[in-house]
Amino acid sequence: MKVTFPHMGNAWIVIQTLFESLNVEVVVPPTNSKRTLQLGTRLSPESACMPLKLNLGNYIEAVNEGADTIVITGGIGPCRFGYYGEIERQILRDAGYAYDVVTLEPPDGSLLGLAGRIRYLAGTKNSWVKIIKALRFAYLKSVALDRVEDLIHAARPRLPDPRETEKLYEAAKLRITQTMTELGVKETVRWVQESIRERQEEIKDSERFRKPLRIGIIGEIYTILDPYTSVGIEEELGRLGVEVDRSIYLSGWVGSHIFQGLAPGYRSIRSYPGHAKPYLPHFVGGHGLETVGAAVKFAQEGYNGIIQIFPLSCMPEIVAASVLPKVQEDYKVPIMTLVVDEHTGQAGMQTRLEAFVDLLERANFEPRTEHNRGDVLSVGGR
Amino acid sequence: MLGEDKYFLGVDVGSVSTNIVLLRPDNTLKEALYLRTQGRPMQTIQEGIKLLRSKIGNSAEIMGVGTTGSARQLAATLLGADVVKNEITAHAVAASRVNPEVQTILEIGGQDSKIIILRDGVAADFAMNTVCAAGTGSFLDQQAARLGIPIEEFGPLALQAKHPVQIAGRCSVFAESDMIHKQQLGHSLSDILAGLCQAMVRNYLNNVGKNKDIRGPIFFQGGVAANPGIRKAFEVELGQPVIVPEHYDVMGALGAAYLAQEKVGMQVGMRSKFRGLHLGETQFEAKSFECSGCANHCEVVEIQQDGISLARWGDRCGKWSIASSTSVDNDSVEHKVKQLGA
Repeated sequence: MKVTFPHMGNAWIVIQTLFESLNVEVVVPPTNSKRTLQLGTRLSPESACMPLKLNLGNYIEAVNEGADTIVITGGIGPCRFGYYGEIERQILRDAGYAYDVVTLEPPDGSLLGLAGRIRYLAGTKNSWVKIIKALRFAYLKSVALDRVEDLIHAARPRLPDPRETEKLYEAAKLRITQTMTELGVKETVRWVQESIRERQEEIKDSERFRKPLRIGIIGEIYTILDPYTSVGIEEELGRLGVEVDRSIYLSGWVGSHIFQGLAPGYRSIRSYPGHAKPYLPHFVGGHGLETVGAAVKFAQEGYNGIIQIFPLSCMPEIVAASVLPKVQEDYKVPIMTLVVDEHTGQAGMQTRLEAFVDLLERANFEPRTEHNRGDVLSVGGR
Repeated sequence: MLGEDKYFLGVDVGSVSTNIVLLRPDNTLKEALYLRTQGRPMQTIQEGIKLLRSKIGNSAEIMGVGTTGSARQLAATLLGADVVKNEITAHAVAASRVNPEVQTILEIGGQDSKIIILRDGVAADFAMNTVCAAGTGSFLDQQAARLGIPIEEFGPLALQAKHPVQIAGRCSVFAESDMIHKQQLGHSLSDILAGLCQAMVRNYLNNVGKNKDIRGPIFFQGGVAANPGIRKAFEVELGQPVIVPEHYDVMGALGAAYLAQEKVGMQVGMRSKFRGLHLGETQFEAKSFECSGCANHCEVVEIQQDGISLARWGDRCGKWSIASSTSVDNDSVEHKVKQLGA
């Protein structure tokens, strides 16, 4: 058995670690690319959302490396992602790929059934103690990755050379991928903090820090976690001098979705439904509720602007999008909605992001300076 | 008289038209050119500069250059721009300079349409058409050609309508077949044209203008504002007067010129990066290739002048970039060009 799985931003690092610590052979598909999307689009219904198209592309690219089993998470509610495991199984079968698909969800609510599927993947050689240890370590990595990512969010607008910042991010991801000890994971986060601090020291004292604008990114989870899908929105905003934050981080989602809230993850998503209540009092599928709640939370925290991003035809986010103008009005915070699909062009995205940042800059004319340099470092500890 | 021939240059290179304006320091317009881009932005910019040179002569001084539009980066590279801005900001700046009271801008261009909401002279909200280009200038052009009337007569004819017909406006393909159907039923041309204007306006307000708080004074700008039929349809639908500003067709370029003026004005003694009015005579060439350095497979574009690389962009990681849209990088381009004796 050679296991593969769909990409979603940095999730591959965590999943690879999990299977490797259980001695299960795993194939990490090539990173999402134009080719992945082309391959997947060919097999997908036109009206399906972009994650399905990318998932299928991932599997086809993984076949070349001998993968024969797919692991995907399930879900409930109106979001179509919940049954993508099954859809993908059928599409792949019709297209002539002999894949076995294992959906990680409690079938008909049965935890025993879920345990059975985990056991199937892990084989008989692993004890439950070992499986739980592996899960815990993978989870730790995921929290560390999120902390690194958020440090980079804060570093991008503040450090002088954007290319160096991206290199630091890549190097940190590589370190976390390779390390197999808890200490190694912790060290990497500290190393990133140190490197950022050192680079800040290099900036001349005379050049007083302009406090960057802050934009909260909200929306459909796959799109906001996967830089290929979001057309690199976070990096781009960073380059435009904006500090971004995001409604959902990988470990926060894993904590509530897979571990049923047993682990909070980095930036727990638990408070969002409460924030959303005055605008959207009930579950609408996917993360529609979280999107609205996060918008309210960002607005209350004084963010300068909010950007919602989701794949074309995503129903939960369409519901959220129709509620957001009310949040915009109540909190006087500009909210922009961006929709992506396989036809999305870099140029159109660029224009909108630049215009949005201009809008925020012209509205916040007074000079903003930071009083200390601790801001970046405090991020990693949040 | 001294200072007579000092100007700010604003260039807006869009999909359909390339607009160039020369702004005097006292904010009056010296020249406004409206050229068709015809898929050849570099040549069009060069032609425009040649044209300007013939009008203002060699002694004129360009104090600052601003570029905007979908080819703003290309234009900035060719010209040596002091400011490179997206078209939304440029349109908003131009409108609020012309009339600081403006609260809404409706802009319909060749292939995109946008709405900008201003409050107290500052953009507060905006939207652009996303997945559909129905109801933009190109579609009107097409339909006018199909009906065999010059685009200039489209609007005046629509105004003569007595009973505008209903046209399905959600999709331009269906709008066209619906129009053919109405023609075959025997409706008059002016009624059909007026119906098309109404359908386009409804489509615009439902898509681009969705959830936007449209308040007066309202400006209507962009190439399509030349069409009085569309303007009237907007007025009927919104129940308010819609103002078409004097320079409606070059507002983007005007905004770019104002932004250049702002930028140069902020720094005393700053010299423009403008590369000179002789640009019309040199050879520019664009090349592109796909980088295979990583999974992103970025399409990198390279601009050459007389065989020498001026700029490259399109790569996400920045390893190919000689210059990006920031003005800082323009310095290095200039530097390079100087080194090479251009």
